[in-house]
Amino acid sequence: MEEKLQKVVNRLVQQFEAESSGFQNEITVVIKPAQIEDVCRLLRDELGFDMLEDETAVDYWPAQSPRFHVIYQLYSFQHNTRICLRVPLDGNAPSMPSIESIYPNANWHEREIFDFFGIRFDGHSDLRRILMPHDWEGYPLRKDYPLGYEEVMFSFNYEEINSRKPYVKE
Amino acid sequence: MDDYKITTDALDDVGHLISERALKGETVLLNMGPQHPSTHGVLRLLLELDGEVVVNCIPDIGFLHTGIEKNMETKTYEKAAVMTDRLDYLNTVGNNLVYCLAIEKLVGLDVPARAQALRVILVELQRIASHLVWLGTHGLDLAAMSMFLYCFREREMIMDIMEMVGGQRMMATCIRPGGMWRDVPAGFEEAVRQFIRIFPKRIKEYENLLTRNPLFLERTKNIGILSKEDALRWGVTGPMLRASGVAHDLRKVRPYSGYELYDFDIPTQSDGDTYARYLVRMEEMRQSLRIIQQALDKLPSGPVRSNNRKFVPPPRAEIGVSMEALIHHFKLWTEGFTPTKGAVYEAVESPRGELGVYLESDGTPKPFRVHWRTPSFLNLQVLPLLAKGHLVADLVALIGTIDIVLGDVDR
Amino acid sequence: MGVEQKLGNLGVATMKLEQAVNWARTNAMWPMLFGLACCAIEMMSAQAANYDLSRFGMELMRASPRQSDLMIVAGRVSRKMAPVLRRLYDQMPEPKWVISMGDCASCGGVFNNYAIVQGVDEVVPVDVYVAGCPPRPEALIHGIITLHEKVRGEKITG
Repeated sequence: MEEKLQKVVNRLVQQFEAESSGFQNEITVVIKPAQIEDVCRLLRDELGFDMLEDETAVDYWPAQSPRFHVIYQLYSFQHNTRICLRVPLDGNAPSMPSIESIYPNANWHEREIFDFFGIRFDGHSDLRRILMPHDWEGYPLRKDYPLGYEEVMFSFNYEEINSRKPYVKE
Repeated sequence: MDDYKITTDALDDVGHLISERALKGETVLLNMGPQHPSTHGVLRLLLELDGEVVVNCIPDIGFLHTGIEKNMETKTYEKAAVMTDRLDYLNTVGNNLVYCLAIEKLVGLDVPARAQALRVILVELQRIASHLVWLGTHGLDLAAMSMFLYCFREREMIMDIMEMVGGQRMMATCIRPGGMWRDVPAGFEEAVRQFIRIFPKRIKEYENLLTRNPLFLERTKNIGILSKEDALRWGVTGPMLRASGVAHDLRKVRPYSGYELYDFDIPTQSDGDTYARYLVRMEEMRQSLRIIQQALDKLPSGPVRSNNRKFVPPPRAEIGVSMEALIHHFKLWTEGFTPTKGAVYEAVESPRGELGVYLESDGTPKPFRVHWRTPSFLNLQVLPLLAKGHLVADLVALIGTIDIVLGDVDR
Repeated sequence: MGVEQKLGNLGVATMKLEQAVNWARTNAMWPMLFGLACCAIEMMSAQAANYDLSRFGMELMRASPRQSDLMIVAGRVSRKMAPVLRRLYDQMPEPKWVISMGDCASCGGVFNNYAIVQGVDEVVPVDVYVAGCPPRPEALIHGIITLHEKVRGEKITG
């Protein structure tokens, strides 16, 4: 691991009592939801991580605590390194602070996470569904949401499926 | 039929984004898309107009949401690769590449040198093809009809090469974890060399048509200026970032698949307007040609697939003579391979910017979570910023210059 | 063989009205400029120089549904897009035809999930299905010729 990144990680671990782990040359720092704004501000203003590359979430259902992890990938142009932040969230309808005020492009990312996982972001300027229709029910990327698989037609079951498929009449 | 009734969300949902003036009737709300010839697919924009000037622009995306991320979770690693092509359908090989790189990182798989070089050639060809579609449609939007015909003529040459390698024009899925699907056929090298010979003249032809064309200049110069600071703040990547003066290219700064072996430049411009982005993309095509030329010249011989039988299926010939190969083949195609528990993020430079994939494994043969960080999604986010204060006619140029692919935005 | 040769110098031809109408319809069928996903790129290729759909009187892609006879559903139709697609179809004037281009539009293709309509025939009535993911431009042209054959056989009723 690069030396500069090690310094950054050490600072985060000391200041925020975070835990860090490495996998295949990638550094992940686990922090608490309430700290995310401070961590991001520190990373952007003092440690040179000027771009939010990616923000996403993972659902570990049926585990409930933590059920979700929100994952941030931050990139530093100056040091050419990447750091991954992980924020565990408990429960079925979690919420956490938004980082839109620090990285403006988190706007759509957070809307997407809200759309797919139902995680609410406090302080977000425009939290509504982004990819699914606005009246959609449920959060599709949650593990307890079904895939919505429809049975495939083959010659042996063609008649049966064909008779119940909702074809449109003119 | 009731399932497909139109829902009128026009104001209930986005009312808070519209200014007071619209409610008083001073400005007009106009719906552009999802079916519009210049939105390059199914993008919907809700425009607030003062006369012909855009006051506000609210993008509404998701009309092509395909559920790829969820669907990939239900397939084995190798089978899910088929879905990656359909994400950004102008950069099919690049999507395969980043997905395979992520898997290779996850399981620690080595790729033979020949496969790496072939990957580079295919990805760069795809970059040119993608830029050609961009140039053709961008020209078409700005009323340069012949650009469309010229660009698609050259794109067909690349499509022929792709078909030669993968058996399909667009969705070949020829890059697999651990290397390539199979080696390129005889005649591949010659076809690519033929293309390299012809194409520089064709770029010149396009430039003769557009670069100093007063009509084109009028519609692109000083339109949609994106400052360096804004580009960085909004996470814009790719040619848009480079046209704003940041020489950032993942092929250079974090080389993958052997890009460090080739000598090429990162074209940049400092104006950050639509014309600058045009210049950057044109120069990028030339640089891609340089990379292809070098990769072809030093194309190593040898295998194109890793020999690690735990992750890569054995060649067909071996199955007939080796019991072990048969078992591996059977295991890999029925059950798939199981990476260790962990998560990786891998990114490559796609024609539109940084294309990243977040891949998490829980130790089963199916990916636990796949997330695509797509460049168009983030680049499109700056459209309202660019569009404010411009005419509706310029909006068409702006959508073209961002070079969005809706499959990439909506996933 | 030109038309003049057939007509001689009479200047008059006799044929069934049906034939004349169907002949006119097949030779100037204007498709709607309406692309959804990957197949739209192949549809554009079919329009471009190499494949040249204008050979079939189809060089004029109309962006407005009001001016088009043929809807080529090129690509996957999401649940969010389906109502829009239906409205576009309703806006097209009669007579109108639909080609479902590609696997995703025809049956959902590889995307058997919550977001994609499993076959556009659940939304609009389809005349010709074109297989392929995406179909080659030749396949699309074949689909169009198949549609022409269908139109030629149509009866005028009512």
